Amino acid sequence: MKPAPFEYYCPETLDEAVSLLEQHGDDGKVLAGGQSFMPLMSLRLARPSVIVDLNRVSGLDGIAANGDGGLAIGALTRQRALERDAELPARNPLLAAAVPLIGHFQIRNRGTVGGSLVHADPAAELPAVTVALGADFVLTSAGGERVVSAADFYLGYMATAIEANEVLTEIRVPAWKAGRLWAIDEVSRRKGDFAMVGVALWADMDGANCADACITLFGVGGEPVRVEKAEQRLKGAALDDATLKEVERIVSEELEPDSDIHASALYRREVGGVLTRRALRAAAERGTEGNGA
Amino acid sequence: MSTKSILNLTVNGKAYEKLVEVRMTLADFLRNELDLTGTHLGCEHGVCGACTVIMDGEAVRSCLLLAVQAEGATLETVEGLADGDRLHPLQAAFQDRHALQCGFCTPGFLMTATAFLKENPSPTDAEIREAISGNICRCTGYQPIIEAIGQAAPEAGGKPRE
Repeated sequence: MKPAPFEYYCPETLDEAVSLLEQHGDDGKVLAGGQSFMPLMSLRLARPSVIVDLNRVSGLDGIAANGDGGLAIGALTRQRALERDAELPARNPLLAAAVPLIGHFQIRNRGTVGGSLVHADPAAELPAVTVALGADFVLTSAGGERVVSAADFYLGYMATAIEANEVLTEIRVPAWKAGRLWAIDEVSRRKGDFAMVGVALWADMDGANCADACITLFGVGGEPVRVEKAEQRLKGAALDDATLKEVERIVSEELEPDSDIHASALYRREVGGVLTRRALRAAAERGTEGNGA
Repeated sequence: MSTKSILNLTVNGKAYEKLVEVRMTLADFLRNELDLTGTHLGCEHGVCGACTVIMDGEAVRSCLLLAVQAEGATLETVEGLADGDRLHPLQAAFQDRHALQCGFCTPGFLMTATAFLKENPSPTDAEIREAISGNICRCTGYQPIIEAIGQAAPEAGGKPRE
């Protein structure tokens, strides 16, 4: 038997789930799609004594329109459901483009949006994309709900603001701005592997010049990394070769990645800059075609 | 709740009811409790794809599920592909194109391809490559596997889901 022994609960309502977590405190662990957590248990890197399986809790999945034109995504929504949502590319092209980069289709069949966000692998796509999009996370406990921005949620290497008695229940993504340029790109050893370096970015234009931008990299630190200095450089500038070259340099300088068996820090800094330049170029060339505008 | 649970599920059209330890993975359950050893275990942490089965129509890694999570589910494993002595079109194509050598990864590839072709019955080579990117083969080589899936597509994709 691979995982260490645990008690297993399979609640059917959110109330039941959060009261179980309240009851078991730090001993309890939430199981969603299991695509990251099951390996941790099988390798016995995680040995929770109580598992609260969310998979039969009703009302936690689905993609709905938020009041302000944004999206309200249930945390238990399978990544595959986002991938198959024919309207998502128009409603949020950056999110739609990120999903197929997650693992492989068998993984996305089970893996959930909320599971990936809470697991918080620093090389995962969804944490970086939600930071870039300015998404909010709804955390629910027996005591009620609180809302934490994606930017405040990620605290460091696989560390997040969620408490042991809380469940991530909903992800609120602000409305996609008409005319926004965007791109996501990553470098991994093989298709579907975790990124050694990746970037998710958008730019809002005012005529030929950039009015606002967000550049978020992943795989280059303990959490998604926004490079605000590079964003500042873009503001007011045209997305021409000279600007992009400078943005590349700034990103490379600003990143402080670690070395590991997959890539050295030097490589990650270099590739982070190059990927950002290429992604901006791709965003500018694609323009706003089919962009929800 | 305890550490054991009664599990009801259907595998390859046959209903089962078993008392299982809640920490048992679906892969171990299929192999050790149902003696369906066609589902192979390679890495046992979701990387190699050898344990891929079809659960309620979707290809999933059976090592990344607890058996108890399959309560009420309908599963298809590699044992369910052939009809008696008559090979499934994908199996026949794998044989025809020499798409297996040691055969260890084959069940995972077959189940992945079965689910994939139901969704996309006339795939391009690029789409086939993408579909099998989550399955690792260490001896045959991917080229004959891609050819076999392409060859089987018209027939395998058209086979209605049970």
